[in-house]
Amino acid sequence: MADNLPSEFDVVVIGTGLPESIIAAACSRSGQRVLHVDSRSYYGGNWASFSFSGLLSWLKEHQENSDIVNECPVWQEKILENEEAIALSRKDKTIQHVEVFCYASQDLHEDVEEAGALQKNHASVTSANSTEAADSACPPTEDQSLSTASCEIPTEHTPSSDPESALEVNDFEATGEKEIHCDDKSSVPSTSEKETSENVPMAEETAEQPKTNRITYSQIIKEGRRFNIDLVSKLLYSRGLLIDLLIKSNVSRYAEFKNITRILAFREGRVEQVPCSRADVFNSKQLTMVEKRMLMKFLTFCMEYEEHPDEYKAYEEFTFSEYLKTQKLTPNLQYFVLHSIAMTSETASSTIDGLRATKNFLHCLGRYGNTPFLFPLYGQGELPQCFCRMCAVFGGIYCLRHLVQCLVVDKESGKCKAIIDQFGQRIISKHFLVEDSYFSENTCSHVQYRQISRAVLITDRSVLKTDSDQQISILTVPAEEPGAFAVRVIELCSSTMTCMKGTYLVHLTCTSSKTAREDLEPVVQKLFTPYTEKEIENEEVEKPRLLWALYFNMRDSSDVSRNSYNDLPSNVYVCSGPDCALGNDNAVKQAEALFQQICPNEDFCPPPPNPEDIILDGDSLQPEASESSAIPEANSETPRESTNLRNPEEPSE
Amino acid sequence: GQELRLRVRLLGSISAFYQRQAGELDESVLELTSQILGANPDFATLWNCRREVLQRLEVQKSPEELAALVKAELGFLESCLRVNPKSYGTWHHRCWLLGRLPEANWARELELCARFLEVDERNFHCWDYRRFVAAQAAVPPAEELAFTDSLITRNFSNYSSWHYRSCLLPQLHPQPDSGPQGRLPEDVLLKELELVQNAFFTDPNDQSAWFYHRWLLGRADPQDALHCLHVSRDEACLTVSFSRPLLVGSRTETLLLLVDESPLAVAWRTPDGRNRPSHVWLCDLPATSLNDQLPQHTFRVIWTAGGAQKECVLLKGRQEGWCRDSATDEQLFRCELSVEKSTVLQSELESCKELQELEPENKWCLLTIILLMRALDPLQYEKETLQYFQTLKAVDPMRAAYLDDLRSKFLLENSVLKMEYAEVRVLHLGHKDLTVLCHLEQLLLITHLDLSHNRLRALPPALAALRCLEVLQANDNTIESLDGVTNLPRLQELFLCNNRLQQPAVLQPLASCPRLVLLNLQGNPLCQAVGISEHLAELLPSVRSSLT
Repeated sequence: MADNLPSEFDVVVIGTGLPESIIAAACSRSGQRVLHVDSRSYYGGNWASFSFSGLLSWLKEHQENSDIVNECPVWQEKILENEEAIALSRKDKTIQHVEVFCYASQDLHEDVEEAGALQKNHASVTSANSTEAADSACPPTEDQSLSTASCEIPTEHTPSSDPESALEVNDFEATGEKEIHCDDKSSVPSTSEKETSENVPMAEETAEQPKTNRITYSQIIKEGRRFNIDLVSKLLYSRGLLIDLLIKSNVSRYAEFKNITRILAFREGRVEQVPCSRADVFNSKQLTMVEKRMLMKFLTFCMEYEEHPDEYKAYEEFTFSEYLKTQKLTPNLQYFVLHSIAMTSETASSTIDGLRATKNFLHCLGRYGNTPFLFPLYGQGELPQCFCRMCAVFGGIYCLRHLVQCLVVDKESGKCKAIIDQFGQRIISKHFLVEDSYFSENTCSHVQYRQISRAVLITDRSVLKTDSDQQISILTVPAEEPGAFAVRVIELCSSTMTCMKGTYLVHLTCTSSKTAREDLEPVVQKLFTPYTEKEIENEEVEKPRLLWALYFNMRDSSDVSRNSYNDLPSNVYVCSGPDCALGNDNAVKQAEALFQQICPNEDFCPPPPNPEDIILDGDSLQPEASESSAIPEANSETPRESTNLRNPEEPSE
Repeated sequence: GQELRLRVRLLGSISAFYQRQAGELDESVLELTSQILGANPDFATLWNCRREVLQRLEVQKSPEELAALVKAELGFLESCLRVNPKSYGTWHHRCWLLGRLPEANWARELELCARFLEVDERNFHCWDYRRFVAAQAAVPPAEELAFTDSLITRNFSNYSSWHYRSCLLPQLHPQPDSGPQGRLPEDVLLKELELVQNAFFTDPNDQSAWFYHRWLLGRADPQDALHCLHVSRDEACLTVSFSRPLLVGSRTETLLLLVDESPLAVAWRTPDGRNRPSHVWLCDLPATSLNDQLPQHTFRVIWTAGGAQKECVLLKGRQEGWCRDSATDEQLFRCELSVEKSTVLQSELESCKELQELEPENKWCLLTIILLMRALDPLQYEKETLQYFQTLKAVDPMRAAYLDDLRSKFLLENSVLKMEYAEVRVLHLGHKDLTVLCHLEQLLLITHLDLSHNRLRALPPALAALRCLEVLQANDNTIESLDGVTNLPRLQELFLCNNRLQQPAVLQPLASCPRLVLLNLQGNPLCQAVGISEHLAELLPSVRSSLT
């Protein structure tokens, strides 16, 4: 099988995260021969999204402490005399401090399977109290199922009319890599049942009261395919670089989006909605008339603050929060602007930064709806795949579960000339893009990484109930103590296709100061209440109940200078993993900058020719003047159910 | 190129169609017109053409064929609307088509409207069509109101939506017969006021909300009434003033005059002799109706269409008799704003003042404050109102002239009120910066009028209504024409110093004032005209005029 892989490319991209995928697409689009590989069995690296069982498998993989022994052909002997090798890492070390908690009632007597899952899925679960029990929480999974699931995603969810453009997946069935994952020791449920039964209602009880509609753990397992759980929690600014790129490159056709429906704030122990658009201010019941005017006046000013330097020049040396105090704004308006609109903190940003952030927020408002943000249906993990798909359309070759053992460097020129893969095949190329996590400790010994603290929660209701239960919300919880970081909370409803009906998927993110749980648990406790029997009896629980929770730290390699890596040849480029920011600008900037190095003077992801253009001529009833470059500027200020970036309006029938 | 070819073919077909009238080309015409209209729906002739074809096919085709035809036509119309959602022709054609269908699917049409308004919530063509559909489908007003709610929630800058509310709310809350029609009960009114306040506090520069606010606070048209009836023995003349301008002698507006309870046929005319719609009408009386033998004569005028009448008495030995409504602010002037409860107005005024503090330069807010103050108490707020006018003029110089006129109107109203309270027939309007004269029909009984030191550019025709006027002072204005100084039976002295009367010809109307004896024209350009003295001697032989 390995024979099928050509031995020469222009660009080899290692890692399928967002920046790598964008570069792969851009290179392939401008005619480069691209090989795109990922040692994992799924797309996206740390940008991926998983079904529930997929996530459990991923957890298991990252909790295994023992290094995986790989029986690969020895590459050392393939290195010639005039060559050197840069060995790549075999194990992803970007995820740490993984902790899993299950609060939903666990049906211990039943074997539950994820509906539609291909493999047998033993629902062995952990106790609610266990902190380090994720090992047992993960059912033993054959990697086969995972890879199938993730490979299907592009074709499953994206409307692909022409089979030509379907994502080409060169899935190399290798003997070696199976051993990477199939470490089946953990199939025995290790948690003591005694401990569990104290907190968890028996299966019979739950079965007897189906009307109460309480979600059990077995339901979550069963409906696991409804989940698309993002490892990174981000949103798209509707005028951000990524949206521009998606539109420009026409990659947007592969994805669908929903507008975030509301911006929330957590103030004085209560969650409230932040009025940020004109319509919000008009409809707000919490603001007085005068506050409405104050807020609108200030926001209007921020839209064009550059034109009125007199208004803020005197405060340039001050922080934004101090500046806000000098404006005609009541304390709660100041809070809204600072934390929820500028999304900064008391100390973090200067007046100018705050004004700029506010302006950016407002600038994005109203393009696709009443908030500045979009969320991709089926999760953020769709986005790298969309770009991979474009890359494949233009001839890029894809290999998942394909391990690259080393980079081969020519001693004389000091340039990288090839890779050696897990089969010992030498693949020649001109340029090599490597995602940070693939570098070995030798290469990264001087790199200082930051960490991102993440939590993923499954809850039973929204943090702020309204008429509609299909809200997508973003909430910023300011740091309580100096030195800590504000926590960003994104709550997704089931219509985002990321969680099962009747549940909400909540992502918490902040820059780490400690472990993820230490950083985020205080916020989780403020907003949610554990799902225990005691509270079930009290029907009117104010806070949403936690069904399941996951904490982990993720390496943030976004701010690392290329010079900090040891001995990288000039034609080896480094892509970072996800950063902590809300938007995706960093990934796009990085991709464009690297693309310009690889292909100087080439257009970055120009729109592809549209096959429909060639056929269409006399079809007069089709009003769509579809030039592929037509930018769907949906400035009609109408919120739409789901936003397809390419076709802003298409009245049905 | 292709469209041009199509056009040529089409024109040929149309002419053939119209020539033959046989209708053999029917369906091909549909096909051809659809190609042109599909690209450009604003081609009214082609829509007419289609209508003729469809009408013809209606009688020729079987019900099944017809249903298919209608379905195709509806689909075609929708595709045209997608090309241009604001095409009059397309919406009209849809109206026409739906109106002809025995069993139209109105629910589908409502949904279509909702969809198009989703795309553009201010598309008034679609709003229009929606009102048509809602009426046809008998959609309850409450549902339509909820629909306007939802669109206003999304974007309140929506004239159509606010307007629709002003139609729906009176339907939903009909007032008792005696009450003012088209107005709202207080609880509903307060809710609407809160809604619209939300809008103008959010965006005070949005006009749509202010317009709706004005409608909410406005009141129904005043009831038709006869304000004043005046009989003069000397001039043998009866003068009537009405609450609104009318055209007497037209088919609907007839006046009955009863003298001592017996009908008298008279010829009505307006004071300026133009017989255009006017507040004031008068007629000559025969000597028999005025003879001095009886102790009194009663005159009753019945305005049949207005359902109003008034009576006055001329006593023996008196030169004149009159009857008039005392001018109270509420009845006399149709204020822009007025509701029954002044508490509502008061609280609106407070909100607007609050907003004005935040937005000192918002013209809508300033204007609303002025209107509210007038509705509340024009005399008490006079000084404040004038200050607001000054601010308003400074922030909105584009409309300075309009504001001057409005201010003049309010000042005149106030002066009339003050005069009424003093029960005098002398009116001083000097030094008020007036730019225009309004409400002259209220001044029927005035004998002395001082208009000096203003910015008046004309003495308008309506001035001729001042039948009792004896002395008119209009010095130091910028008057260029004297059209209104005509047929004034009692005018004796006229002061026009320092104005802009250019040509001697402008003095012509004065010749119709029989008692004029004194005329001062000092400081006017015409004083320099050659032969002016001779001209005056000829035109006004009995007048002593000063030129220098």
